[in-house]
Amino acid sequence: MTQRNERIRFENVSKVFDTDDGSIQVAEDVSFGVADGEFVSLVGPSGCGKTTMLNMVAGFTQPTTGTVELDGAPIDGPGSERGMMFQDYGVFPWLSVEDNIAFGLRLRANRVSDAERRRIVDHFIELMGLSEFRRAYPKTLSGGMRQRLALARSYAVNPEFLLMDEPFGALDAQTRTAMQDLLLSVMGEVRKTVMLITHSVEEALYLSSRILVISARPSRIRRVIEVPFGFPRTAELRDSAAFADLRSEVREHVMREYAAQESQARHQQTTGQA
Amino acid sequence: MGAESSTPRPSSWPLGRSGAIVRRIAHFLGPWALILALWYGVRYSGFFEASLIPSPVQVASRLWEMLIGGQLALDMYMSTQRVFLGVVLGTACAVPVGFLLGWYKGLRSFMDPLINFFRALPPIALIPLVIVYFGIGESAKVIILFYAAFFASVIVMYEGISQISPLYIRVAQTLGASDAEIFRKVIIPLAIPHALTALRVALGVAWATLVAAELVAAQQGLGAVIQDASAYFQLDTIYMGIICIGFIALAMDVALRRLTRRALVWQERND
Repeated sequence: MTQRNERIRFENVSKVFDTDDGSIQVAEDVSFGVADGEFVSLVGPSGCGKTTMLNMVAGFTQPTTGTVELDGAPIDGPGSERGMMFQDYGVFPWLSVEDNIAFGLRLRANRVSDAERRRIVDHFIELMGLSEFRRAYPKTLSGGMRQRLALARSYAVNPEFLLMDEPFGALDAQTRTAMQDLLLSVMGEVRKTVMLITHSVEEALYLSSRILVISARPSRIRRVIEVPFGFPRTAELRDSAAFADLRSEVREHVMREYAAQESQARHQQTTGQA
Repeated sequence: MGAESSTPRPSSWPLGRSGAIVRRIAHFLGPWALILALWYGVRYSGFFEASLIPSPVQVASRLWEMLIGGQLALDMYMSTQRVFLGVVLGTACAVPVGFLLGWYKGLRSFMDPLINFFRALPPIALIPLVIVYFGIGESAKVIILFYAAFFASVIVMYEGISQISPLYIRVAQTLGASDAEIFRKVIIPLAIPHALTALRVALGVAWATLVAAELVAAQQGLGAVIQDASAYFQLDTIYMGIICIGFIALAMDVALRRLTRRALVWQERND
């Protein structure tokens, strides 16, 4: 199972959370790997434990049993080689656009010379189309611009990995499409190893090299779909027949898990009331 | 106002630019006109004997008298100084303590009953004890104000800190920040707005406690003026003292709010 140049490895990972209402198992015996330069999407119903799995890679949480490894060593905390993007952007509201991008470069872990920092900041401000806003505070930015800023800030410290937790989930459809294209073009320039959580089958297909369909809670990997389209990808791909066929196939698998999650929730509701 | 008022905008006020100024003045004076009207209304309602409610004119002339006498300025100065000391010391202690309580949930649930116990005590009830332990000097008055300011602001601080989103901390961690860097570059900027709110609350509470604090054998101060006047049943002086306290507190609050707004230009506001 172990591939060459595999970077991230989930080995029999289970996770149990203890809550006031008893314990909840969010992941059960999950095993998979992410190879160098791969773009892997995790698609599955809300609350199925996808975010928990991503948080384990980020180093925010540890598995209850099993291991999550990075280059063969268990992950025991966050690090700047693993950049992360969140649905709520997480741009620092008290810093201007340029200071947000420079934030990571001013930390001891990745400090660079002043000239180098300015060069990197300028580069990403340009790349993300934020030139007019370099001294603006995030409160004046739209959702799409905030997420571009978050992407620029992640890229500025040049992480090897990008972990994205529904990064475009709060954006309107047009902005979302534009962000996907922007991400593809930025990725084309500097390739990263990516794990993306999304609800959108279309988004997963358009961006990834592989899709993991995650089951209703406790999450297991229900299906692995290799996306046959090569890179670079352009907007025409979305309109192709092959894309549409694969999309309906994947959607069917995903919908089954959403339905399972729904009936599980309904069951809990009725037993809870009884 | 500047850029905005230079562009004519459709409004129900047909006077344009000067109309906007008139409207601003009306907006500013309106509430005070209302309270004056109420004052006269109560005075002439017959509900209380008119002699028990001095007219605004009487109070104003009393204010003028005491101002030119020079005594009132000293009273204002003494009271402001006490409030200032109590607030500065109270907030200076409340910010770090509130921070720790907000940050460490365990500590908070442990200390919460104590804080709420002490917070509920009226400062006036503590006066006898303060006199026993600290005498009747300046420090006794400041300690009462300190007490009031501390317990009001410590709660504001810890409620604010406990609501800081872990999102920003996680973002900083994934960018490679150490714990010390997270504290300096993320937590402090997020704590500053709460510290400023705590300061503002402390200021309000301290002014509200001033009269009680000056029950401790104060010779000067607005609270002392009110108490002396009460002994001689000088109602106009009592009114004047109350109004002075209100206005100084209001002025300090406005100043602090302006300062806060300037320091926190990055904050999203709904106004």
